[in-house]
Amino acid sequence: MKRTLKYAAMAAAGLAMTSAPALAQTLDEKVNAKFSSATGWFVNFIFSPFPGTSFPWIVAWLVVAATIFTFYFMFIQFRAFPHSISLVKGDYSDPNDAGEVSHFQALATALSGTVGLGNIAGVAVAVGIGGPGATFWMILAGLMGMASKFTECTLGVKYRNEYEDGTVSGGPMYYLTKGFKERGLPGGKFLAILFSIFCILGALGGGNMFQANQAHAQITNVVGNYPGWITGVVFAGIVFAVIVGGLQSIAKVTEKVVPFMGVLYVGAALIIILMNYDKIGWAFGQIFSGAFTGLGVAGGVVGALIQGFKRAAFSNEAGVGSAAIAHSAVRTKEPITEGFVSLLEPFIDTVVICTMTALVIIITGQLVADPNTGLYILDEGGQTIQTIDGNKGVALTSAAFSASFGWFKYILAIAVILFAFSTMISWSYYGLKAWTYLFGEGHTKELVFKIIFCIFVIIGAAASLGPVIDFSDAAIFAMAVVNITGLYMLMPIVKRELDSYLGRLKTGEIKKFQ
Amino acid sequence: MSGKFVVGYDGSEASIRALDFAVDRAKNQGGSVLIAHVLEWSPYSFLTPKELEERHKRRGEELARAEEAIIDPVKKRLSQSGIGVETKIKYGHIANTLCDICKESGAVQIVVGRDGDGGLGTRIFGSVASSLVQTAPVPCTVVP
Repeated sequence: MKRTLKYAAMAAAGLAMTSAPALAQTLDEKVNAKFSSATGWFVNFIFSPFPGTSFPWIVAWLVVAATIFTFYFMFIQFRAFPHSISLVKGDYSDPNDAGEVSHFQALATALSGTVGLGNIAGVAVAVGIGGPGATFWMILAGLMGMASKFTECTLGVKYRNEYEDGTVSGGPMYYLTKGFKERGLPGGKFLAILFSIFCILGALGGGNMFQANQAHAQITNVVGNYPGWITGVVFAGIVFAVIVGGLQSIAKVTEKVVPFMGVLYVGAALIIILMNYDKIGWAFGQIFSGAFTGLGVAGGVVGALIQGFKRAAFSNEAGVGSAAIAHSAVRTKEPITEGFVSLLEPFIDTVVICTMTALVIIITGQLVADPNTGLYILDEGGQTIQTIDGNKGVALTSAAFSASFGWFKYILAIAVILFAFSTMISWSYYGLKAWTYLFGEGHTKELVFKIIFCIFVIIGAAASLGPVIDFSDAAIFAMAVVNITGLYMLMPIVKRELDSYLGRLKTGEIKKFQ
Repeated sequence: MSGKFVVGYDGSEASIRALDFAVDRAKNQGGSVLIAHVLEWSPYSFLTPKELEERHKRRGEELARAEEAIIDPVKKRLSQSGIGVETKIKYGHIANTLCDICKESGAVQIVVGRDGDGGLGTRIFGSVASSLVQTAPVPCTVVP
């Protein structure tokens, strides 16, 4: 304890010197300029729309993959749903394996990496632009994404490395190399290296700077404005204590509080929806008619569809490959079981939590519609729907919840900070796994990455580095380009595992223990 | 009545008293003791990614430590007692796991100690002894 505190203090002091506000400003501009010119082409490429539309091809890439996996595995997300639940409950776990990582634990850890700002702020952005109809497409994409998760997490467990000392390492870099080799396909190593590079960049950006930045924004919302580097140093100190100092107790507290916050959030949303029970039918009416007519939003039906698809894909990370890293530590003899369990992740993240946010925003009447035509009114820019108080993003969610419970904005601020923190811890691990894949394992090598990670926390909180964050978002989706390419090549292996497992489940060879 | 006595043992004063009690009874009746050490564990707890990765390794270390620090000394102590001694280390909810061990081993009685320290935690959540009294599949003796 003492030792770790000393580490934290040293880190905080050392890093504070490098990020005095004046310095951060000039650094800001320099980094901005450098980054824009060096990486703009990459960001533009990843997020570029199909010619003549505003539909980014990367979103199509994720949704098409999810659809292909859904058909290839014959709607596995619906067929296996009850079985997934019994796996998580531990019905099929050997009692003699008690003390090992359970399905529930792997799922909970992976979820704490994906449930985050996207569920709260991102959905508000989507509904604010795409209208209630975006919810329909978001749910649909979430349901499809379950098949992508299933595919990648099965492979993650199947091709993980188990070391002599009993630790495990898994993820796309391992199935890309080993799986491709097994099928006699070329290029596995190349894809694995490419994936690792994008994963490190994504971890430092979307999994770190973006989170720190938004957490700071939330804190200033509640307590008033103050320099971001202060939040950054505090956050970096805590992250440092956890990932370098091994102060697992902080992480443990977060891991315990985050699910509680998730339940509280969904619970509050349900209460608000029930309080407005007379509007539930109307809200679903808006969602359906919005999905197929647009109800006057910018871009019409296609606008609603893009927003919904985008939100689902950005939020549950299905197809990105990150979850395969977290899920690979489970103790199971059947890799496919972790695939079943992981398909619950997009369901909880998108179909449940994101939908709750959307419903509360719709049902509390935040979006302004023309009473005569029933169409939504756009504000001056012509892109976003007018809201009653002009709120956007996380402020819109906050306003919707506060409409019923005034104190909820404080709970929401705490939730955002904790979600951000747990996402950072998860991504620091994903980044580290990619780092060690590239550079090899070793105390010093790992320490270098961890320190870089902490420095980026401060940079992220201190500055609004638009281009840097754009780039890191792009990197996360570049992971999906590599990962899904691999999944297409390896999906026959998953199919074989699936058929064999379902066969043995039918004959009773695989039995319930409880 | 001869047979197997399951003793919930964690190396504490109270559990030593329980063990002594069980050994006495077993001697008199020509029975044996099964010393059970349960490591508290819930498959529904929350772990960080790093903990997930190392869990299998840590579990091995924890089992080895329990064997060395708790089970080995007691085995040595009872080597001259002249009764049959078995040991078991398991993970799980302590009271439930002790019940499972009783059922699996066909024990006739379960013996646990209590430290009599009814703190706030015990008042709210109950103690191992009190849950065993309510749920044990065989007669349960709580040694004060």
